Amino acid sequence: MQAVKEFFGTFMLTELLKGMRLTGRHLFEAKYTLEYPEEKAPQSPRFRGLHALRRYPNGEERCIACKLCEAVCPALAITIESEAREDGTRRTTRYDIDLFKCIYCGFCEESCPVDSIVETRIHEYHFERRGEQIIHKDELLAMGEKYEAQLAEDRAADAPYR
Amino acid sequence: MSALIELSWIVAKIVALVVPLFVAVAYMTYAERKVISSMQLRRGPNRVGWHGLLQPIADALKLLMKEVVLPQNANRFLFVLAPMLSIMPALAAWAVLPVGDGMVIADINAGLLYVLAMTSMGVYGIILAGWASNSKYALLGALRAGAQVVSYEIAMGFALVGVLMAAGSLNMSEIVRAQEGPIWNWFWLPLLPLFIVYWISGVAETNRLPFDVAEGESEIVAGFHVEYSGMAFAIFFLAEYANMILISGLAAIMFLGGWYSPFHGIPLLGPLFSWVPGLVWFALKVCFFLFLYIWFRGTFPRYRYDQIMRLGWKVLIPVTVVWLVVVAGMILAEIGPWFS
Repeated sequence: MQAVKEFFGTFMLTELLKGMRLTGRHLFEAKYTLEYPEEKAPQSPRFRGLHALRRYPNGEERCIACKLCEAVCPALAITIESEAREDGTRRTTRYDIDLFKCIYCGFCEESCPVDSIVETRIHEYHFERRGEQIIHKDELLAMGEKYEAQLAEDRAADAPYR
Repeated sequence: MSALIELSWIVAKIVALVVPLFVAVAYMTYAERKVISSMQLRRGPNRVGWHGLLQPIADALKLLMKEVVLPQNANRFLFVLAPMLSIMPALAAWAVLPVGDGMVIADINAGLLYVLAMTSMGVYGIILAGWASNSKYALLGALRAGAQVVSYEIAMGFALVGVLMAAGSLNMSEIVRAQEGPIWNWFWLPLLPLFIVYWISGVAETNRLPFDVAEGESEIVAGFHVEYSGMAFAIFFLAEYANMILISGLAAIMFLGGWYSPFHGIPLLGPLFSWVPGLVWFALKVCFFLFLYIWFRGTFPRYRYDQIMRLGWKVLIPVTVVWLVVVAGMILAEIGPWFS
């Protein structure tokens, strides 16, 4: 009996029609596509994008050249050179990140004792010439100044979970 | 002088056929991308022009500008000839298709035979393309396509024999006129199994999903046209889509009453829709079949090759043969509105 039923089921193409009903229903459903440049997916405050170096509210740069980020970086993307400043504090003279090597793991941010190196939410950037992928200290500091409000807000949002 | 007029008349007819056909092919690709993306809950092309309506034109321009690469060890003559061989029959078969009452380029009395001959010619282009490319994937794709098209031609031919028995004519316009009347007068109803068999083998004949083993991206890259690029590839593409529209047009003529309105001859509805030209009804029916093509592609996974052969030889051909006998019985008994 079952075999007969199956035979006729195959001949009436019932399973195929079921499949077509499913895709036919999907045809009229709401679409998931985001129209990217106009619409964007929501980001988490923990989003790890382009890097930045932050400053204290008084304008002093946070980085104390402890080189923990350089040590922890699994991709060896960070290069730091440091020197004593006139006031006797240790500061970086060179802070380069090679964005081709960087894997955006966020370990540098985790390791930083003064919350200096951070990753911003920026993920839409490009390079036009060779060498541009290595970003230097002044660029990183400029990024930090530009996005300080967002960065502070994101750190505060994540603080209860740390 | 008269010869010149004759010639320009022929050229005008060709242009009147080929230009709308190419536009239809272009927008068929657009419709395909849109409908499939909708079925996959995506939006599809929507950047070039309003809702992406200029996308096919952008694609055509891109393909025109691209270089046609000739593989080093390819047979140059056949390599260039193959795309032409595949597009010519796809266009030539359109000559006998009546798109409206009397709107046909060549109203010949063996129209159906001519169409079958032309659609069978298309496989030469595919086989030559696969062989001339001197690539293993192309050769495999060509072999698969060749075997598949030849097998399904038989089922398709048998299905059309049923139509020709029912209509009593090989002339396409006569076949449509034999179905004059409302929707239940058309041949799809008495010939329902043949209709389904025709449509399945039509899909297989054009190497479309779920019978696209000839292309089979995931197995043999792109099949017979791996080595083709630029305009040569575009011509294969054009031929494939022109064939799809041709098969849809044939289905509309053979089984869905060609240019007749589905309300033709119904007391109240018939006159209400009598202002719609037959061309529009024909186009709507073709669109319905083209939508089915896309719907199948959005729904079904690819058949395994031996399953395709089993379906063609062991299922479709016996079904058609049995139903041919039934049709003969129905004609003898002069059943219903169709054979009386």
